[in-house]
Amino acid sequence: MGNKLETIDVNLYYGDFHALKGISMFISENSVTALIGPSGCGKSTYLRLFNRMNDLIPNTRIEGQVLLDGEDIYQIKPSKIDHLRRNVGMVFQKPNPFPKSIFENVAYGLRVNGITDKSFIGAQVEKTLRQAVLWEEVKDKLKKSAFELSGGQQQRLCIARALAIEPSVILMDEPASSLDPISTGKIEDLIFELKNLYTIIVVTHNMQQAGRVSDYTGFFYLGNLIEFDKTKKIFTNPSKPETENYITGRFG
Amino acid sequence: MRLRRFTEPVFESLIKISGYSTGFIVLLIVIFLFKEGISFFNLSPVDEGSSLWVHNSNPVKKLTAPQIKDIFDQKITNWKALGGNDQPISLCTLDELGEAFTEEQLGAKFERLPACIDSYIDSLPGTIGFFPDKQTANALKNAQPVQVDKVSFSKFISGTEWFPTSRPAASMGVMPLLLGTLLVSFFAILFALPLGLAAAVYLAEIADERVRRILKPVIELLAGIPSVVYGFFGLVVIVPLVQSTFNLPVGETALAGSIVLAIMALPTIITVSEDALRTTPRAMKEASLALGASQWQTIRKVVVPYAASGITAAAILGIGRAIGETMAALMVTGNSAIMPRSLLQPVRTIPATIAAELGEAPFGGLHFKALFALGCILFIITLIINFLVERVSAKRVR
Ligand SMILES: Nc1ncnc2c1ncn2[C@@H]1O[C@H](COP(=O)(O)OP(=O)(O)OP(=O)(O)O)[C@@H](O)[C@H]1O
Ligand SMILES: [Mg+2]
Repeated sequence: MGNKLETIDVNLYYGDFHALKGISMFISENSVTALIGPSGCGKSTYLRLFNRMNDLIPNTRIEGQVLLDGEDIYQIKPSKIDHLRRNVGMVFQKPNPFPKSIFENVAYGLRVNGITDKSFIGAQVEKTLRQAVLWEEVKDKLKKSAFELSGGQQQRLCIARALAIEPSVILMDEPASSLDPISTGKIEDLIFELKNLYTIIVVTHNMQQAGRVSDYTGFFYLGNLIEFDKTKKIFTNPSKPETENYITGRFG
Repeated sequence: MRLRRFTEPVFESLIKISGYSTGFIVLLIVIFLFKEGISFFNLSPVDEGSSLWVHNSNPVKKLTAPQIKDIFDQKITNWKALGGNDQPISLCTLDELGEAFTEEQLGAKFERLPACIDSYIDSLPGTIGFFPDKQTANALKNAQPVQVDKVSFSKFISGTEWFPTSRPAASMGVMPLLLGTLLVSFFAILFALPLGLAAAVYLAEIADERVRRILKPVIELLAGIPSVVYGFFGLVVIVPLVQSTFNLPVGETALAGSIVLAIMALPTIITVSEDALRTTPRAMKEASLALGASQWQTIRKVVVPYAASGITAAAILGIGRAIGETMAALMVTGNSAIMPRSLLQPVRTIPATIAAELGEAPFGGLHFKALFALGCILFIITLIINFLVERVSAKRVR
């Protein structure tokens, strides 16, 4: 398995605030990487590097290299950013469906990427709703507004929406943080399933979740990557005392 | 503490009183407007205290106000055109009598005037006479008064001629004014909405924070400029521009009015729809961009639809502003009360008509009341618009 993603000595500044401090990390293909760490340590910021979402925030400065399949995504032409984001899907912390029908939510990514073939769109919507384990629950009300779904269903809809354009990487920012245990379980199962097809990075505050779903874990603290290793190693035998303190809950 | 127990009810009742009295005053105004406006109907369009007379043998016993106008403008010169006998129409007023008879014949105090009229009409059976009732004393032997249709609501609405001061009978059809108002407002909004929406999108989504912080207050300031200033601007800039661009004899046209009203409606449209656009959650936009949508696609497919009801409200408010606008419309539309045929003609709007004519209309007279009826129409239009705004913005609170 090669390196799908790689960051080399990345620094990120929000104005004067140094949010990421020289982060270097490898993420191998078809693996699940969990990012953990206390609130405000830069997990979301790091995750949003990979689809250049931080670009939307004014006064953000980025140094270093972020490689996707060996190519620096911060060197590509601005017109290629859409293409990059199509390749690197994202699921947000809070479910954020569009005020459109369930069907149109999933079809959105296809439509904005210029796909007009109706039967293909229909097939793709069904396929990804099945992948997101939502199909059975919504197949009779695809024309209904996405807002009529429960929070957990909305989040799975957002996952289906991200899958529909067939990215190779999926970024998930605390995808289960606003959900009940049953929905959380479904999403964890889903991550496990998707691992075969996608490279996944997931931010989580839930240690058990990180332990359950991920192959690799990175521990962030105050903008630094303290430790990055196989999940098993991190959870059983971390090499840094900060990591151990955090994992065992003895952390300030 | 004890003081507060005393002052609070006082303030409360003061607020209540001012609320009630404001409501009461508004109600009074509306009642007054409609009382005057409605009393306009069922009046005769002929000057009060005067009548029209025709010879007993004349089969035409009934005329409408526009017909009377045409007769006295000598556009209709034969009774045949009005369904009567084939005889030429001759007009007779006190002036004609003064020429036809000597002072002796009329009498020192005009006491023999009815007899003179009688003989005049009898000698010319095609005569239509217009005299004050004081002089005829309603005692003509050879002539009888013409019935003139009363002003009715349907005629008022559908009438295509607005000659409120023409004599002997005033024509008051509101159609040209209504169409003028709607034409000017419609095109104003047609110009203003795309521009305003574009500006709002620019401010809300594209302009960086520094630009926005300067532009927004400037635009809000524009909404507060007195309309006479816009009218003046229109008169010196837009009107000559329209005139030279389209090679017109006069630049004061519906088009000039639409452009000026569009400029006036812009600030409202921009600020209201910009506020609506900014309510689009950031998460919604990020979701769209994260799916590979361009910024433009995101604006078109997510931001604008999310703000659709707010944008509609902005449009309706803009229309309201355009329809009710008086001063600027008065200054640049040319004010000729004819049925509008094209944008390049002078037109006259309802508010401009009221403003221009109220000063010269005798208090309490027919014309005066007609202007109030116009006011009622305007009031009803704005009421409908406000109702639409309510409906649309109610939908916004899902
Ligand atoms: N748009 C922004 N402008 C300025 N500072 C920001 C911005 N977004 C985040 N930060 C700062 O960067 C740091 C990292 O934020 P980030 O959202 O990446 O944290 P996080 O690890 O995801 O936290 P959480 O677990 O609470 O989501 C925080 O100190 C935060 O205050
Ligand atoms: Mg976060």
